[in-house]
Amino acid sequence: MKHARILLAAAAAAPLALAGCGGGEDDGPVTLRMTTWSASEDHLAMLDEIADAYIADHPDVEAIEFDPLPFEGYTSTLTTQIAGDNAPDLAWILESAAPDFVSSGALVPLGDTLSEAEGYEYDDLVPAATELWREGDELYAYPFSTSPFGVFVNNDLLTAAGQPTAAELVASGEWTWERVVAAGAAVHAATGTDGLVIRDFDYSGWDNLSTLWTGWGARAWSEDGTECGFDDPEMTEALTFMHDAVFAQEAMPGPGTTADFFAGEAAMTVTQISRAGLLAEAPFGWDLVPLPAGPAGEYSVIGQAGLGVLTVAPHPEEAADFLAYMTSPENSAKLAQYFPPPRASQLTAEVLGQANPLLTPEQLQTVVIDRIDEGVVKPGHTGQAQLDQAVRAALDPLWTPDADVAGVLAELCTAIDPLLAQ
Amino acid sequence: MTSTRERTAVPGREQSRPGRPGWWTARRRDHLAGFLFVAPQLAGTLVFVLVPLGLMFWYSLHDWNVLAGGFTWTGGENYERLAQDPALPGVLGATAAFSLGLVALNLSLALVLAILLNQKLRGTVVFRTIFFSPVAVTLVAWTIVWRFLLQDDGGVNGLLSTVGVEGPNWLRGETTAMIAVVVVQVLKNVGLNMVLFLAALQGVPKELYEASTIDGAGAWTRFRRITMPMISPTILLTSIITVVGSLQVFAQIDVLTSGGPGTSTTVLVYYLYQNAFQFHDFGYGATLSVLLFAIVLVLTVIQWQMRRKWVVHED
Repeated sequence: MKHARILLAAAAAAPLALAGCGGGEDDGPVTLRMTTWSASEDHLAMLDEIADAYIADHPDVEAIEFDPLPFEGYTSTLTTQIAGDNAPDLAWILESAAPDFVSSGALVPLGDTLSEAEGYEYDDLVPAATELWREGDELYAYPFSTSPFGVFVNNDLLTAAGQPTAAELVASGEWTWERVVAAGAAVHAATGTDGLVIRDFDYSGWDNLSTLWTGWGARAWSEDGTECGFDDPEMTEALTFMHDAVFAQEAMPGPGTTADFFAGEAAMTVTQISRAGLLAEAPFGWDLVPLPAGPAGEYSVIGQAGLGVLTVAPHPEEAADFLAYMTSPENSAKLAQYFPPPRASQLTAEVLGQANPLLTPEQLQTVVIDRIDEGVVKPGHTGQAQLDQAVRAALDPLWTPDADVAGVLAELCTAIDPLLAQ
Repeated sequence: MTSTRERTAVPGREQSRPGRPGWWTARRRDHLAGFLFVAPQLAGTLVFVLVPLGLMFWYSLHDWNVLAGGFTWTGGENYERLAQDPALPGVLGATAAFSLGLVALNLSLALVLAILLNQKLRGTVVFRTIFFSPVAVTLVAWTIVWRFLLQDDGGVNGLLSTVGVEGPNWLRGETTAMIAVVVVQVLKNVGLNMVLFLAALQGVPKELYEASTIDGAGAWTRFRRITMPMISPTILLTSIITVVGSLQVFAQIDVLTSGGPGTSTTVLVYYLYQNAFQFHDFGYGATLSVLLFAIVLVLTVIQWQMRRKWVVHED
């Protein structure tokens, strides 16, 4: 009996001993891991194809895993992995997180690896596209997606509300924010469907509003990042315009209401061209046009995503080598199918058109190519996560019908001034 | 095979067996078995509770920026920062409002439901199941469904409009957002406390009620003088777990309000999460964890001490 009891007790404790085993270093070929925020099967299939071709020529790498993390909370999941000693080798990085990643030393410098890679054509990279990812002369991440914002339009809904189509408005020179909001209000009044949605804003992702306020010449903060721009007259005017569009004209859905353009729930949406894939089987007539002109004239805003190698990666050298392969001219052309490349030679309607069959050469020329060089990047700052939270919290009082716009914006600046000064 | 061994091993084991060391006594063998049995639990507690707890204190004495890879000793600097943090009073206020609202609503509703469902009426089993079922639903799924219901054009306001009431934009007003978060959490967990109260109510001896009825006690007096004292140990238990649970609320806040509007629903755990995981400041996050630990500890000790005053069966 006593023996039986000890045996039973030992059996109960056995998993502990097993848990203590395992692990151990492996000297053989390495496995690289890269985090992405796209779980799209098409995107992953394309990445796998590039990875397979690389592995075939590189016996030191036996596998490359793509690890999609949810877009919402992507950066915090990534940093948690880093903190938990489980850092990936390569990671996609959001533009808003770029200043923190680039300036903190979290990324491996890439300049030498890329410029020395055979046939890489390093000088082909557009300087405006790589600016955000540099510190001094050194490049810390490759901007694999440089995608201008445009407006997708549901022409069926505009026509149903007796409005001209977007193309007609562009042709007649009436494609302005004022006219767009008027059309949106008309759609809402006539059909009950929402007029215009700034995608991913949802009364929280405020940096997406730069697609609107840049039309007034407003900025979140000064170029050197030290002075708050929210209480400037341009910003006050832009956000007063938006407040009016939401609450008085009802051209945009109010807070707490969701409307998905791609499901036919809104007449227009401001977003990036990489979303065009969602329209492959759209049951309505649609178009893609540039951002409307604001009082400050025509402008463009670009969203970016970088690809970098982490300093604490298990295999930084192999990872940097794979990054050079993945972003070579040949593979960059493949990536262009979904992500506009930062290479001058590939920013042609012809190359982009082969990769984006849903978009016409004219759409690509006016929305993408003409706008990449002059585009303003969405706001980003060192300590962006804190700023993000502070601005969101301070903007919340704006989203009520009787808000005092100028008062809210003045308080916003008081709240973020200490953060900008850091 | 085992039985053969046992037969040969049992008679006159440790004392008389020649050549066997004397320390391997029955007592030692029992101890070994005992230690082996508790080893998995002990190791789990050590690895997943005690070591992280110790590390939390250790981290709180450092400046740890994950991105920059910095981990430097700063001594009490994080605690000084805690004392001067301008956001902290608001965060503690929101935490107190949430906890008080949740504990008061949860316990009173659970008790009322338990009393109602303790009646010998037809259909009470169905209602017990209905009120308990949210406890078994995944927290995040439950909260996401409520987020849709609480939207401006969501189900709750749709229901209100059928009776001519124009509901507020629940999650966008500072007060209504807090009410919404509390109510969603109460509806999720009230079933658990209800079941505990129900079990306690059914454990109250019937003779006590019979005797008091003969003595002329009314329903209220019976509730106050018999029911409440008899179920007081359960009230203590439920109040402790509800208070501790209310201080740990996170997923509901994250899904429903993300701490907004403004910072009106930024409770302590959510603030801790922001600092550690969004602002990459794990050192200060750990310091906030120490504060949370201290608050939970103090509240639990207070409740435990108070049991002598109002819990029957306690010395």
